[in-house]
Formats: sequence, structure tokens, C-alpha cells
Amino acid sequence: MLTADKRDPAALPRLLLTVLAIALLWPGIHVSELNPGVLLEAENRRQMGSFISGFWPPAHDYEFLALLWEAILQTLAMATAGMALALLLAIPASLLASRALSLGAASRGGQLGFWSRTLRLPVRGLLIFLRSVPEIVWALLFVRAVGLGPTAGVLAIAITYSGMLGKVYAEIFESINQRPAHALMQAGSGRLNAFFYGILPGAAAELVSYTVYRWECAIRASVVMGFVGAGGLGQQIDLSLRMFAGAEVASMLLAFLVLVWLADQLSRLLRGRLA
Amino acid sequence: MTITLTGTSLRHGQVQALHAIDLQVAAGERVAIIGPSGAGKSSLLQLIASAMAPTTGSVELLGEAPWRLSARARQRLRARIGLIHQAPPLPPRQRVVTAVLAGRLGQWSTVRGLLNLLHPSDIPGVRAVLAGLGMADKLFAQCGQLSGGQLQRVGIARALYQQPQLLLADEPVSAMDPVLAEHSLKTLNQHASERGITLVASLHAVELALAHFPRVIGIREGQVAFDRPAAEVTSDMLDALYANEHLGSPPLPVPTLNLQIPRC
Repeated sequence: MLTADKRDPAALPRLLLTVLAIALLWPGIHVSELNPGVLLEAENRRQMGSFISGFWPPAHDYEFLALLWEAILQTLAMATAGMALALLLAIPASLLASRALSLGAASRGGQLGFWSRTLRLPVRGLLIFLRSVPEIVWALLFVRAVGLGPTAGVLAIAITYSGMLGKVYAEIFESINQRPAHALMQAGSGRLNAFFYGILPGAAAELVSYTVYRWECAIRASVVMGFVGAGGLGQQIDLSLRMFAGAEVASMLLAFLVLVWLADQLSRLLRGRLA
Repeated sequence: MTITLTGTSLRHGQVQALHAIDLQVAAGERVAIIGPSGAGKSSLLQLIASAMAPTTGSVELLGEAPWRLSARARQRLRARIGLIHQAPPLPPRQRVVTAVLAGRLGQWSTVRGLLNLLHPSDIPGVRAVLAGLGMADKLFAQCGQLSGGQLQRVGIARALYQQPQLLLADEPVSAMDPVLAEHSLKTLNQHASERGITLVASLHAVELALAHFPRVIGIREGQVAFDRPAAEVTSDMLDALYANEHLGSPPLPVPTLNLQIPRC
């Protein structure tokens, strides 16, 4: 009896899952040719050591700081402009794609009719297409098309992020209580007003929180895109890495940390106001 | 006729909510719908509000058949019908003034509706409606800060502000104390009779229905059990309406003449 009491029926499945996870991961490590031993070889250790020892003190001469400031501004501008363009497309697309604003569904207890489902498909398809190609690929394409510089980064962010924002906005609209909007549409209101009076008050906090988080992601993405020539902080990091200027890399990473921290604080502030 | 239902039935998935209802209500009539929980009172009101399409049979409201109209024309018809919901569908972060003004969205252009969000366009009108319900001091409060009874009164205010030709109410006073319930029903009836509009309300409280409404319809298991002037409704009819064979024991104490119906 006692042994039966001590048995945990979940123990065996957990053990099996652990074994399965290791069995799946092991070939993955081999296929990806991960070999941590390389890090410990004497030659590589010396190289890394000399590079990292260059990190301190971070570069802080006036000329470099002016350059850094300009790169930060460029990165911020790239992320913000990209987000603004993305919103231009994402907001109308999310309104079209969301089931929350279907007049038919309001009369059918939330069930979509055949036509309202079919007509929403192309919009959903467009959003999937926009976000299925990673922004770095768009950036490479646009660098070819419009040349080196932030324009390529802005366009790449605008395209990918409009797909993501549109999809998530549409789902946020559907996830909140639908009764206010349905009641308004059943009292004769148009769809746009039903959205502003019935859905937006409930969804505003979540929308703002997600948008600020995406803006933070856009800052990171614009840094990455700098490596392929789209300007900003990323391009500077790339140049400094190539020149083994560890002190400059360290300053830029610190600047980057501060940017993300600021975005986090902004998100917290806005969410506190709206929640 | 303001409302004409002919052989109308309604099915929610597997559940047959209403069976072949025939009902006529003339303009300016004030009608109460009573019946046990789950009898189909709310479904009937949803049909009359043109919020739901009937499964079979026809619905005619204010001289038009809503489900034969285009979507746009149906929205115009719906703007002339006001429904007070039992649990008012108001976003907690919305201000009372905005929630009440939203009653006229069906009559306003889209642009006016949007501008009204930036600045409430008719504060005196909203204040007057709320004052009639004893809520004038809550004009700029957020809906989330109100009690259940206060929310129900905001819901009533929205429907009154809409100025519909057909006013429907689904358990409009279920969360209010007896005095407030009495007052709110009086306000509704007064509003209806002053303007000669049709009022149909479902109520849990039989005594309120009999006291305030000239005509009473009893609904049981999705069918009309009786449809009489309030003065002709007998206690036998009420006993038959509320008889519950599923609640066997314990046997009720000696059946009293005044029916005690729980209000919620």
C-alpha cells in the first residue's frame, strides 16, 4: 500500500519525454557541427582574449561618440519609420481580417457565414505572405534595389512588421469580449463605430503593449540589418568588428542595452496608464 | 402592427428555443413577457430586436421584414429598435457619457460617431436621460466602477437616448433593489406612453409585470402559454406557467396565494 501511495503516475511519462528529447537533440548537435572544444584550443583562446581585452575601457573619445550618437539616431529613426509605415498597412488589414467586425457573425452568435469567411481569406493570405519572408531577406533585396542606406531597412521593417502586427491585432480584437460590439451592431451601428465604441476600449492596453514590444524588436532588427548595409548602429558594429576595435564594439553594445532598456520602460509606463 | 410573428421558431444548435410562435403587438402597446428560466423569453426578444434570424416562419417589425432586407437597410431598421440587455454590454473602460451616446450610432454618420469619441457631442441630452434614472452624478464615471444595478440603468439610458420606435427590455431590473426596480420600470413605461412607442419587456418578477403592463404574455418551453390583459391573469395560470416537475422534493410548503418568484 505504502509503495503504491508514493508512486507518481506522471514519473514514467516524464522520464520517457526526457530521453526522447535527448535522443532528438543529439543528432541535431552533430548535424549542426557544434563543437564547444574549438573555443578552448590555445590559438583561438589567445585571439578571443586579445579581442575581449580590447573591450575595456569602452571607446569614449569625442569623435567616436558623435559618430555613435548619429548611428543611434539613425537606428531609432529606422525602427520608428518602419513601424509607422507598417501600421499604415496593418491597421486596415487587421480590421478587414478580424472576425470581430462581421455583421453576419453578430446575428449568428459569433458564427461566420460562408461569404464572410471566404472574403477574409485573401487578407489573411496577404498578412501571411508579408511576414513569411524574414526582414533580413527583404533588407538584402532592397539594398540591391535602392542602394546602401537606411531606406532599405525602413522598407524591410515596414513589410515584415505589417504582416505580424496585422495578424496579432486581428487576434486581439477577437480575443476580447465581443458583446459590446455585437450589441452596437444589433442596434444599427456601422462596423467602424462598433469597433471604436465596442472593441477598442477593451483592447487598447494590449494593443499598446504589443506595439511597443514590436517597436523594441524593430530596433533590434534594424541593428541586424545594418550588417547587410542598411545603415545605423549595425553597420558601425560591423565596421568595428572587422577592424578588431573592441573598445568601439563595447560602447555600441552598451548603447544598445540602454535603448532596449528605455523601450522596456516606455512599455511599462504606457501599460500602467491604460490597464 | 409593430410586431408580427407568424409561425416563428428559433433553434440554437441542438436546442429548440422557440416553437411556432404567433404574436401580434400593435403600435403603442406595452407588453410584459413572463415565464420560468430557460423558457425562451430572451430568445423571443432577440427575434423581435432583429438580432437573430428565425429558423422558420416570418418576422415583421415596424412594417418591414428585416431578414428580406439588404444588410444596409436592416441596419437602418435596427436603428429604430432599442434593446435593453440584461447584462449591459458595456466595456469597463468606457465612460458613462460615451456609453449612452453610443445609443444613437445607428442614426449618426460614421464621421459624427468618430468625432463624438473625441468630444461628447450632446452632454445635456445624456445628462437629462441619466437624471430621469437618478444617475446624473455618474455622467463621467467609468462603467467598470459602477455596481450591477447602476450598469443596468446606464443600459436603460442608452436605449432611451436612442429614441427607438420599438423599445425592448430583457430583464431590465434584475440587478436592482425593489424600490429602484419600481422606479426604473415606471420611467420606462412613462417614456413609452408619452411618445406612443411600443414597449416589450421580459421580467422575472410577476408582480412587477402585472402592476406595470396592460398586457402579459406567459412563455413556457418555447411556446405561448397565455396572452391576456393583466387584469385577467389568474393565479391558476401563473401556477401552471411556473410549475416545475424537475424540482420534485422537498415538497413546497402549503402553496400560498402570492407567488414568490426568486428574482435572479
